[in-house]
Amino acid sequence: MLRDITLGQYYQTESVIHRLDPRVKLAGTLLFIISLFFFRNFLGYMIAASFLFLVIRLSHVPFRFMVKGMRAVLFLLLLTVVFNLFLTPGEALVSVWKLTITKEGLRTAVTMAVRLAMLVVGSSVMTLTTTPNNLTDGMEKGLRPLKLFRVPVHEVAMMMSIALRFIPILMEETDKIMKAQIARGADFESGNLIRRAKALVPLMVPLFISAFRRANDLAMAMEARCYRGGDGRTKMKPLIYRSRDRIAYLCILVYLVAGIWLGRLELPVAG
Amino acid sequence: MSIILDHVNYIYGADTPLAVKALDDICLQIPDGQFIGIIGHTGSGKSTLVQHLNGLLKATSGSIYFNGEDIYDRDYDRKKLRGKVGLVFQYPEHQLFEIDVFTDVCFGPKNLGLDKKEVELRAYDALRKVGLPDELFYQSPFELSGGQKRRAAIAGVLAMKPEVLVLDEPTAGLDPRGREEILHQIKELQTGTGMTVILVSHSMEDVAEYVDRIIVMNKGRILYDNVPKEVFRHCAELEEVGLAPPQVTYILHELRRRGLDVDTDATTVEEAAEAVVKAMAKR
Amino acid sequence: MGIIRAKDVTFEYIRRDEEGNVEGITTAVDNVSLNVKQGDFIAILGHNGSGKSTLAKHINAILYPTEGTVWVDGMDTADEEKVWDIRRTAGMVFQNPDNQIIGQVVEEDVGFGPENMGVPAKEIWERVEESLKAVGMYEFRKHSPNKLSGGQKQRVSIAGVLAMHPKCIVLDEPTAMLDPRGRKEVIRAVRALNDVEGVTVVLITHYMEEIIYADKVFVMDKGRIAMEGTPKEIFSEVEDLQELRLDVPQVTLLAYELQKRGIMLPDGILTAEELAEALHLR
Repeated sequence: MLRDITLGQYYQTESVIHRLDPRVKLAGTLLFIISLFFFRNFLGYMIAASFLFLVIRLSHVPFRFMVKGMRAVLFLLLLTVVFNLFLTPGEALVSVWKLTITKEGLRTAVTMAVRLAMLVVGSSVMTLTTTPNNLTDGMEKGLRPLKLFRVPVHEVAMMMSIALRFIPILMEETDKIMKAQIARGADFESGNLIRRAKALVPLMVPLFISAFRRANDLAMAMEARCYRGGDGRTKMKPLIYRSRDRIAYLCILVYLVAGIWLGRLELPVAG
Repeated sequence: MSIILDHVNYIYGADTPLAVKALDDICLQIPDGQFIGIIGHTGSGKSTLVQHLNGLLKATSGSIYFNGEDIYDRDYDRKKLRGKVGLVFQYPEHQLFEIDVFTDVCFGPKNLGLDKKEVELRAYDALRKVGLPDELFYQSPFELSGGQKRRAAIAGVLAMKPEVLVLDEPTAGLDPRGREEILHQIKELQTGTGMTVILVSHSMEDVAEYVDRIIVMNKGRILYDNVPKEVFRHCAELEEVGLAPPQVTYILHELRRRGLDVDTDATTVEEAAEAVVKAMAKR
Repeated sequence: MGIIRAKDVTFEYIRRDEEGNVEGITTAVDNVSLNVKQGDFIAILGHNGSGKSTLAKHINAILYPTEGTVWVDGMDTADEEKVWDIRRTAGMVFQNPDNQIIGQVVEEDVGFGPENMGVPAKEIWERVEESLKAVGMYEFRKHSPNKLSGGQKQRVSIAGVLAMHPKCIVLDEPTAMLDPRGRKEVIRAVRALNDVEGVTVVLITHYMEEIIYADKVFVMDKGRIAMEGTPKEIFSEVEDLQELRLDVPQVTLLAYELQKRGIMLPDGILTAEELAEALHLR
């Protein structure tokens, strides 16, 4: 039942993108997303799309995996398009029944759809080419400056990686408890909302108790192995920038400069 | 009145590349009132098998008949089946959730739609049958000891008055004393009520003393299905699939190998001692 | 002085009811003294609630004695400044294999302890490799722990402790949740640690067949040490063991039954081979 859900959608293969330092990928993704909101003409989107396409090709991840992420936001995408299409005031283009599509509406709808799609695909590239582990490592080190502002960066990263380890275990446990309660005649599937919520009690109580017990055990095990926070810890796999990472940063910079410069020109066609 | 499995196959993740054949052409007949042990190591398919008996898992192919009725029939009430074939999972105490033991045991019969009086009667009866003392009935289940928790959890299934009781590793994680007590209680329950009891275990010693019949599972198939004595004759084969026969059987085989003309059929220490004494007298 | 020494150790905790009122005091460990030599294999045997796990947690400075003192390699466990030195000297493996693995990849989990100790990256890799090899899990170093069997997970946990280069490892019922195959794997790994690496081992268990290889056995009951001696000495006392309702290995029981039936045999027979020899078979 629940066993099939896998967390993180890492796609195992060999590529330059896979080998990049996670900090590069995190920063790159963030900058790429921000850049999408700067464009004023279609040329900008063209540049962004070509850049994205190039990265996808380099990553060796089949394109259909990239689009998979789209399915989750399809509804949101359609909603945005529909709202923008019909609810933007302006010069009427087509009028059907009480609904009017305006020129401005069409324009914003298309822009929003393109932005959203590239945003999703762009972040998929990151999650598909970086193990969750690597990602937390990258965040821990990349966000280290925030420590100056008393943000517990190490603790947050540690929590994330523990969560990643225990989510599959708790999923399996949920499955087991569910089956056991079904064997005792529990019914999780019929009845109205209130009845269904009530039916969850026999599942949630044991699950929480188990999670607390595990947390307690784990805390003890970590202390027994000399864990005492991030200070004075070394890393088995320290993150070190290599030349490919510097080149990648350069590429991102070139893209940003080119995209934002060309993408903000007043082009007559875009009107 | 029995359970019949007819060429049952079960494949995990059937339409994925990771498909695993968990049950491979299982044919079984479980008549009323038998005490059966299903033995196999982790991953042998024994837990998968018992989850078919109450309809929790649906066979990929093959049929299962309970009391002559096909449980995969469209009109068959599988919810009712779960009351008839009570399944106690591994570490059942992890499913306790109510504020007190008694209320928790009431959960099963209440789900069967019985009236309050009948529910409480059954709960009371079940708690007595598992040997839990009265003064614990209204305690929080989380304050009980490990062995008591397990009894309470078993009572939770027993209160549904099943015709067949299936216990998946009822002794896992208990100490020797707890193990012995639980097994003893189950045996008593079985002889007292005459219900069919199926004990799933990876320990031959646990099972040898109590059951009438042993089913050995390996890689999703039934390897042996016979009375304990007959099954333990296959000492070497059992070891090959990672199952140790009871240590006495192994010792008797070892003594025989070293030239003592001893009867190797014994499954308990007492029987073994008698056999050795007899063999020594012959020399 | 031995690597682990306990003198008159008592551990009490206060039971409280739901409102937090004191209900009573439970004495989990009651006036226990013991001395473990460097390089020994020690087994502590007892039922659930006999106090054996509570005692074990004292060795790793997870718990402190209410009365008495525990020394690990000469350090008093009650000395707060020594806590981390004590924990790296006496490593600990727990019962539930799932709840003590932190890493999402086997090798990263084994590296967790050394990382906490501030060992340089290059040395961590060396330690991870040698530890995984010592427990026979090196080929699984890139695997996710979730895909391993119980016995394999427990061996990874042992490697995780071993990578901290402890002088002593305390294993708190490491086999209680495993099947027979997993149990064998773990015990084999533990014996190898003791024999090959020379690590002092304290094995806490309720399985009799696991203590056969110990140099010394302590049997605990109701917080006290009820019996103490070599496995042979312990197993000679079949009646005492049965009184404590511990599982005597069937071969020992069989020998005992044969003795009762008038066959002359030495006390405390532990293996089928021994029995055969005692019966003057080939």
